[in-house]
Amino acid sequence: MTDLAGPVGGRAKSSFINDPKVRSIGLQLIALVVVVFLGWSFTENARDNLAAQKIATGFGFLDNTAGFGINQTLIPYSETSTYGRAFVVGLLNTLLVAVVGIILATIIGFLVGIGRLSKNFVVRTISTVYVEVLRNLPPLFQILFWYLAVLSAMPGPRNSISLFGEVFISNRGIIIPRPLFGDGAGIVVWAIGLAIFLAILFRHWAASRQEETGRYLPVLRINLGLLIGLPLLAMIVTGFPITFEVPELKGFNFVGGIQVIPEFVALTVALATYTAAFIAENVRSGIQSVSHGQTEAAHSLGLRHAQTLRLVIIPQAMRVIIPPLTSQYLNLTKNSSLAVGIGYPDLVAVFAGTALNQTGQAIEIIAITMGVYLLLSIITATVMNAYNKRVALVER
Amino acid sequence: MKRLLSTFALAGAMGLSAFSAQAATKLEQVKSKGFVQCGVSQGLPGFSNPNDKGEWSGLDVEFCRAVAAAIFGDPTKVKFTPLSAKDRFTALQSGDIDILSRNTTWTITRDTSLGLNFTGVTYYDGQGFMIRKDKKVNSALELSGASVCTQTGTTTEQNLADYFRANNMTYEVIAFATNDEVVKAYDAGRCDVLTTDRSGLAGERLKLTNPDDHIVLPEIISKEPLGPVVAHGDDQWFDIVKWVLYAQLIAEELGVDSKNVDEQQKTAINPEIKRLLGTEGKYGEGMGIGNDWGYLIIKHVGNYGEMYDRTVGPDTPLKLSRGLNALWNKGGIQYGMPVR
Ligand SMILES: N[C@@H](CCC(=O)N[C@@H](CS)C(=O)NCC(=O)O)C(=O)O
Repeated sequence: MTDLAGPVGGRAKSSFINDPKVRSIGLQLIALVVVVFLGWSFTENARDNLAAQKIATGFGFLDNTAGFGINQTLIPYSETSTYGRAFVVGLLNTLLVAVVGIILATIIGFLVGIGRLSKNFVVRTISTVYVEVLRNLPPLFQILFWYLAVLSAMPGPRNSISLFGEVFISNRGIIIPRPLFGDGAGIVVWAIGLAIFLAILFRHWAASRQEETGRYLPVLRINLGLLIGLPLLAMIVTGFPITFEVPELKGFNFVGGIQVIPEFVALTVALATYTAAFIAENVRSGIQSVSHGQTEAAHSLGLRHAQTLRLVIIPQAMRVIIPPLTSQYLNLTKNSSLAVGIGYPDLVAVFAGTALNQTGQAIEIIAITMGVYLLLSIITATVMNAYNKRVALVER
Repeated sequence: MKRLLSTFALAGAMGLSAFSAQAATKLEQVKSKGFVQCGVSQGLPGFSNPNDKGEWSGLDVEFCRAVAAAIFGDPTKVKFTPLSAKDRFTALQSGDIDILSRNTTWTITRDTSLGLNFTGVTYYDGQGFMIRKDKKVNSALELSGASVCTQTGTTTEQNLADYFRANNMTYEVIAFATNDEVVKAYDAGRCDVLTTDRSGLAGERLKLTNPDDHIVLPEIISKEPLGPVVAHGDDQWFDIVKWVLYAQLIAEELGVDSKNVDEQQKTAINPEIKRLLGTEGKYGEGMGIGNDWGYLIIKHVGNYGEMYDRTVGPDTPLKLSRGLNALWNKGGIQYGMPVR
């Protein structure tokens, strides 16, 4: 539109209806009115029809008591909570799988992608087989495999595999000790926060110092010391306020501790390994898109192989890797709805499953659920686009 | 996916169809397409399950055949749509199916706010628990702390929550979308207990690796009246489906079955039998179907008792005695309204 504005301004006066700019805005306004009107009459009509058939409508149900249990809740929830709260519980469970899955998939994907270009035959072959096998099996199949195969190989809770008597693995999942925060625990948490903050600060400082003076500092080692040392110091000073509640077998199951349910493990592992196969391919093609001259130039500057990869190749490859990476992240998030297959209580299972069935408000619940996935996609895409802008090649 | 499609169909139908325009009646639609579209389960032995020949069989399936017999005089004029618990109501609301006959519990929410009507009760049931014998549990009250597998979108989920809460017990629920997954997870030891309708337990037990390693606990924790469902808005269709079951119950009460029905039609002197079989009066007319509707149902499918014995009764693998489902004059509560 702005392109058109130029020549128009210079043209001789004519009726403003013929002004392309005015016209285009006018037409768009008309289109908008038509769309809004159609949407409105569709909704009104649907409401009348649903009312005539006595099908309940509206969003009032969100305040009603849900009356069903959920076996993984990141926020307090009970059978007496509302459908609205059940929605949040389901959403958080979806986000948990998405976030943990994305982190794992990225790590595995980068390792395998780099591995595919390795000079080492074994590493290269393993990476290739990994990609070809995992990429070509349907994700639901992989989820069911992880769930049923691994589950049936696990012993029951009474014979669970115990790691140091603290962590227990059985077909009820992985039970880990639960941290209990006593007096002074706040100080330790603050110390952890402070350590992270200082570590980031130090990295920046070291980087700019290196740029100015060329002197190199072992940032990783110093930061690691910082991240472990400071919280440890705080623990000692406050007299170890954080204790752990060790799970204990009572009756059917373990009592106490935190239960990582097998549905979560199966879903996250399956989605992460599956998505990693695609990410590996993106990483490989990204690295291959960086011209070989860059490697030669880096080597001739005296950089070692790992340094070349980390400092020269990967940063340039990122420009090619990120756009398809975004769609892999979106895929993983959307695929997490395959959770219903193994009974993981995600948004689709809890809200578009149980809640929908109990209330029968299909249209409202499906609309909310689709809205949520849309929103998640938009947020992911926005964040990734912003990151992409940062690493994009600045043409000079 | 199916649920998404039927939700779109529902939204589309509701949004686009002119408000309260009088479309063809359900009966006209069914007659013109030539079959009844019947929603059943994805596989519950005894109720709706494909047999070794790949044909649908079971109590819920036979009921749909009876409806087809009443309308077409041909029990094979039915097409079946397998539905998971959570997809079933949307399929009915959107008009994808004409009848839902899928061990569905009659509850006030479903009857009054989903736009549906229950036409009767084909099986009076209640919820129970199944557990491995080697857990050495004899009562549901010993289940505190147990992991329980169940299916999403069922009354089972809520009854479970109520029961444990009322008895001050804790539990972990793992809810799966399909029955198959429930059975597999229970078999793999993911949960200690499997819960559903007791008739469902009898059916699902047959799918386990070693059915004899499991027992059903004595407690019945809910009322589960299971019956066929139709959509609101077509009273004639509602009447037809309702009276098919009554006809089967009355036939049993009067001693009319598929073997003697031809004989009875010719020789019966009991006026109620004559009315049921269409030799006296015009009782099909009010429903828009043939007056021999009762005869056709009994001839092709049989009375309620026959249907019961063939599908879930003591001589079937499910081995369910009549119990509450015996006729009202035989100690049960099944009761057909008079044909008059
Ligand atoms: N009667 C209950 C439960 C019905 C139900 O779906 N039961 C399960 C467990 S027995 C079932 O029939 N599954 C068979 C299938 O999904 O195909 C209800 O109406 O909510």
